Amino acid sequence: MTTVTATVIPEAERGEVTQLKVIRSEWIKLRSLRSTLFTLLAAVVAMVGLGYLFSYFTADRWSHLPPGERLHFDPTLTSLRGFFLAQLAVGVLGVLVVSGEYATGMIRASLSAVPRRLPVLWAKALVYGVVAWVLMTAAALIAFLVGQAALSGRHLGTSLGDPGVLRAVFGAGLYLTGVGLIGVGLGALIRNTAGGIATLFGVLLVVPVLVEALPSSWYDAIDKYLPSTAGQGLVHVHAEPNTLAPWTGFAVFCLYAVIALAGAAVALRRRDA
Amino acid sequence: MIEAHSLTKRYGERTAVQDLSFTVRPGAVTGFLGPNGAGKSTTMRMLLGLDTPTSGRAVVNGKSYADHRAPLHEVGAMLEARAIHTGRSARNHLLALAATHGISVRRVDEVIDLVGLRAVAKKRVGGFSLGMGQRLGIASALLGDPATVILDEPVNGLDPEGILWIRNLLKGLAAEGRTVLVSSHLMSEMALTAEHLIVIGRGRLIADTSVAEFTARAAGDQVRVRTKEAEKLRALLAGPDVTVSSEEPGVLLVTGITSEWIGRVAAEEGIALAELTPQQASLEEAFMELTRDAVEYQAPAAQGVGAGTEGRAA
Repeated sequence: MTTVTATVIPEAERGEVTQLKVIRSEWIKLRSLRSTLFTLLAAVVAMVGLGYLFSYFTADRWSHLPPGERLHFDPTLTSLRGFFLAQLAVGVLGVLVVSGEYATGMIRASLSAVPRRLPVLWAKALVYGVVAWVLMTAAALIAFLVGQAALSGRHLGTSLGDPGVLRAVFGAGLYLTGVGLIGVGLGALIRNTAGGIATLFGVLLVVPVLVEALPSSWYDAIDKYLPSTAGQGLVHVHAEPNTLAPWTGFAVFCLYAVIALAGAAVALRRRDA
Repeated sequence: MIEAHSLTKRYGERTAVQDLSFTVRPGAVTGFLGPNGAGKSTTMRMLLGLDTPTSGRAVVNGKSYADHRAPLHEVGAMLEARAIHTGRSARNHLLALAATHGISVRRVDEVIDLVGLRAVAKKRVGGFSLGMGQRLGIASALLGDPATVILDEPVNGLDPEGILWIRNLLKGLAAEGRTVLVSSHLMSEMALTAEHLIVIGRGRLIADTSVAEFTARAAGDQVRVRTKEAEKLRALLAGPDVTVSSEEPGVLLVTGITSEWIGRVAAEEGIALAELTPQQASLEEAFMELTRDAVEYQAPAAQGVGAGTEGRAA
């Protein structure tokens, strides 16, 4: 009879778990799910497709636009408008990267393989962060280029060399990466897909609307520190009134991501899987 | 080697596992038995460091699970709730687990062949039958060629061929000198597979015994006697420790004395016996008797954790 467990793994091939190996594992996990492909594809399509459409229709309707709108026209932002929809896809996938494991029980396998646990969270954040950043930056760049092409017919376009434009284009990728990472943190903290998604978009989309209902002095004090307002400042070439400087705002936005991930780390260490 | 030292786990008010101590030795299949909700899965999760014990300690291969630097090479586990993402293919699931330890792709394909999943290895796990899921769980457990294997209800959902396969696999693993802990709520299955038994009920240890011993005890001391002179024999057998009952005319069920003794009495008196059989109370019955008692205990205090004598006394 041959040994029932097939060949034996020799002592020399029995390596320890390292952060790098866990990153490899998370990369395999991320790319082996169809939901990853579809969600990221949706984000890219939203980014490029909407960027083009917004630009095209703006150019088309330019002569009908009220003078106020023409005055504040930001061709870069117009071509990057798709980020508003893309953030839904990127945020949902961020939550799913963790909550999907809780929903299926996979988390037990993951944490049995890596009982120190935190390497799993860091690897998930890093792998997803890098993937989201690369894809969304590329999508933003493409969206910008096709958008400017649509606007150039009316000579409304701008170029990457103009002041603030490069920052806005890369800012879109950075903002979306941040949304994804906040999603990862919330997914690990809440461990439930619906709850994680609801919380993420509650914070990004609903809270700003609620804050608008506050007295204006309160609104002015609070709104600029909200993750959405602070993070999106980077995408605006011309600063909106009552906002932080773009990079200051982005730092505040990053702080939210750090808090979400730190909270997730503490919870992951303490809670039963 | 698995050691549980006074493991206790409380979830709020509810105590899932209470002061549970046992040792699982290498080289034999140890069955971990208990009715549903007895605390088997909770105990296994504590062994794997997934749940933190409220008090007590679980040690696997000499260390707490979390202290192992390469846990998959030490302990392979399959937990009851299939710990597998349904959207991933079987092979990718194993590749992702293997990557955490740098286990080779060759080894992944080996365990896929070992559990007989080659044909569906690239299919998504969501479409797997329960039995295929179990096989994949076992492949995950064996991936790191571990010295200790912990399987939660591995025969669930398997067809007869699969059950036979598991039985041989577990025995083979033990024969290779590994520590094998297998939970089940089916005593009959364990009787065929395991050499040692740890029985728990309501989170407490009821019995820690060899299967042979358990079987002997389960056989009890009831003897079935069939004779035309049943009433005469009944009178002869009567004694302070002996009970004789009868369910049908000409058949006696005797407890308190051995079949040898009954045979000798009958021979001395010239009573012809048509049948003299020590009754093999089924293992399932013996197991149910044990655990029923555990369920019936009202006061949790001062319950012995010995060899299950309380169960017999009831």
